[in-house]
Amino acid sequence: MSAGPVPASRSFPKRLIQGDQVAHVITFVAAASILLIATLLVIILWDNSALPRAKFGLSFFTGRDWDPVNEIFGAAPFVYGTLVTSALSLVIGVPLGLGAAIFLAELAPAKISDALTFVIELLAAVPSVIYGLLGIFVVVPFVRTTLAPPLMHTLGAVPEIGFLFKGPCYGVSFLAAGLVLAIMIVPFIVSVSREVLLAVPTDQREAALALGSTRWESTWKVVVPFALPGVLGSVFLAMARALGETMAVTMVVGNVPEIRTSLLAPGYSIAAVIANEFTEATGDMYVQSLIELGLVLFLVTFILNGLARLLILFTSRRGGAA
Amino acid sequence: MSGWAGAGHRRFRKVISYAWLGATALCALLVVGVLFFILGSLVWKGGSDIDLNFFTQLPKPVGETGGGMANAIVGSIKLLFLASLVGIPIGVVGGIYMAEFGGRLSAFIIQYTADLLNGVPSIVIGLFTYSLIVIRMKHFSTLAGGFALGVMMIPITLRSTEQFLRSVPVTLREGAMALGASKWRTIVSVVVPAAYRGILTAILLALARVAGETAPLLFTALNNRYWSPGWNQPTASLPVMVFTYGISPYDDWQRQAWAAGLVLLGMVLLTNIIARAVLSRGISAPR
Amino acid sequence: MNAALGAARKPAPAAGSAAKTDPLAGLKPRLEVRNLNFFYGPKHALFDISLTVPINRVTALIGPSGCGKSTLLRTLNRMHETVKTSRLEGQILLDGESVLDQDVTRLRRRVGMVFQRPNPFPKSIFDNIAYGLRVNGYKGSISEAVEKSLRRAALWDEVKDALHKSAYALSGGQQQRLCIARALAVDPEVLLLDEPCSALDPISTAKIEELLFGLKEICTMVIVTHNMQQAARSSDLTAFMLEGHLVEFQTTEQLFTTPSDPRTEAYITGRFG
Repeated sequence: MSAGPVPASRSFPKRLIQGDQVAHVITFVAAASILLIATLLVIILWDNSALPRAKFGLSFFTGRDWDPVNEIFGAAPFVYGTLVTSALSLVIGVPLGLGAAIFLAELAPAKISDALTFVIELLAAVPSVIYGLLGIFVVVPFVRTTLAPPLMHTLGAVPEIGFLFKGPCYGVSFLAAGLVLAIMIVPFIVSVSREVLLAVPTDQREAALALGSTRWESTWKVVVPFALPGVLGSVFLAMARALGETMAVTMVVGNVPEIRTSLLAPGYSIAAVIANEFTEATGDMYVQSLIELGLVLFLVTFILNGLARLLILFTSRRGGAA
Repeated sequence: MSGWAGAGHRRFRKVISYAWLGATALCALLVVGVLFFILGSLVWKGGSDIDLNFFTQLPKPVGETGGGMANAIVGSIKLLFLASLVGIPIGVVGGIYMAEFGGRLSAFIIQYTADLLNGVPSIVIGLFTYSLIVIRMKHFSTLAGGFALGVMMIPITLRSTEQFLRSVPVTLREGAMALGASKWRTIVSVVVPAAYRGILTAILLALARVAGETAPLLFTALNNRYWSPGWNQPTASLPVMVFTYGISPYDDWQRQAWAAGLVLLGMVLLTNIIARAVLSRGISAPR
Repeated sequence: MNAALGAARKPAPAAGSAAKTDPLAGLKPRLEVRNLNFFYGPKHALFDISLTVPINRVTALIGPSGCGKSTLLRTLNRMHETVKTSRLEGQILLDGESVLDQDVTRLRRRVGMVFQRPNPFPKSIFDNIAYGLRVNGYKGSISEAVEKSLRRAALWDEVKDALHKSAYALSGGQQQRLCIARALAVDPEVLLLDEPCSALDPISTAKIEELLFGLKEICTMVIVTHNMQQAARSSDLTAFMLEGHLVEFQTTEQLFTTPSDPRTEAYITGRFG
């Protein structure tokens, strides 16, 4: 709006009748509903998890017993399982995703890159319950019969890390969940990383090549470091997704509320316990304990997503400015 | 006098370079291969169980062969309809605010919140809807499930509508305003029509995304073995059927889960492809 | 239509300030800019501009790029308001009535605008022309009005069989004439043209110049151009601007033959870029 002389006839009621202000208000209400939902989410989850907060406080997260019958709720096994499966998925998914992104952004001709990116975007659209289905019937048997035995025999015998690969393995396990999650998060890593890599100014590549770098050296030592904050952002996005993923994990992790160090053992996750037990939960303390888990999941993913967005924003600004 | 490494070293670096570059290509192939593997598995294991009965019959109890998922298909359609009622108007109108009216700060805050909301695990949206609606209505219902999916659609639709509106050239807006069109008239008659392919794409992608969501339905729409009349009863839906049948110990049900999975994935992928085809035909020059 | 509009209008007051030599002798003013100062945020863009645009004449604004000629043009129908940080001081009168006081949509119906690049809407040719009629609630026959405007813009014969095809199918020059026709459809009293030929080839440019000359009978025009030949060929009066100041305002003939300000002379003889 311009300042300067603003005569009476352009007053608010007049402009209101004209329609622009009405449209402004209506569209604002629609947009602000986003803020309303976010606020309501926090308030409702907070209010509905007051009982366990009052009774257990922070020990809710360290307690190892999940005993609905005696109303003792310790969420440590779920927190542990969530962290282990997510970490595992990152260990597998990040190299795979970054490698694919480098290929698409730096090497592949534009047409092939676009076609492959399209396929990878479709992969991101596959519903998680489908991943779960393949998890049960393909990944779990694969882990049980093909992957776990050699791991137990080789890495399981190594003194320092052997505890990670102790048997027996029934297939449903942290490892299976990590594998499925890795496949699910890769499309996110690829599409975001590819974009930040493409945003790296061409002169950076050319400068490196002109100094006698090989193609790989210019990519790995110049382009990737330049885009690193954005790549990191994509990893955070993927991590948030892995932490909150429900269906696929529920279907393959085994759903055993215990803390086991072996990756070949079954476990549980926060999202999975909510999905499995919420409808059957009886008593306010039980229900509210599950809601508190939901609140934790919400806050953690909210923070991770926030960080990721800032990193990606930072990287693309830098690319644009340079 | 310092010298330079010889030809051997250069050759070594080149080999390393090719090896790594080859590895990245392998990564890309592997990732792309996963989609075809998923599709192939579903077709192989579920394809033969899709027949007319699948679309017209109710599920049969354990032990009886045959039966279909007609109620789940109808349930999914009803849920998506409700989700559209919530998500499309709020998302599109909110997107208009972001692109056309929003100040820098308000637009930034809403954008950021929308992106964060978009990343919230869908099971949390389920808990939210349960606490907000199911507890108050005192029973699970199609309405609650549709609401949960609708809430998920809002940030997706809003952000992409905003982006497509922003891509409409300023000159078009100026052209309309210079003819005496008010701002909202300009938006409704020029800007939105110019971006309508984009907005349509945004809506289709949002629908495809929530169509496959299972977690928010688990304790809102729940499930139902029979038809769900009206909007107040719990209802079956395709994704929840894939889940419950998939983890069941019965061979028949597992086969049905594959079939349902194939139908679900087919719908989701098809919607995605259609959405992108709509977009690629250009956003500003309808014929 | 001109007679009808003219009858409904009050006789305009005479031009206020006297110029060094009066290029407006005997002409009725349509637009009067008085002591206009304009700011983009903290940047002072126009300095104390006073200018009178006479009825049924073509007035050209010339000057090197960045001199504020487009900014001045955009204040005349308040298109400057699309820039939120802009601020305007002073007065602009249309037929003696302040443009700042009146409803902006009514003002823009009366003062039309054609832009640098053709900007047809992604609609059919017909709907492009009908757009302004519809938003302004035109009561008569829309198809007749569309035909009339297309004829005025000398486009009718080229498009009469393709009215329902997309405007995007037209060539650049045709698109710009379509935009002129679109602006003419709502019977503006003034037509503002912001470098209307800068994106066009010489043949299309010639067609549009010819067109503008014929339109003088039905509306007053203000044209911004960086092309001095164009100003000399197609305008009656010319204002020369430099760094936000109005340096000289004369009949076109006088300005190009005997400029009174040395800076004007430097510019028209090509000593500025």
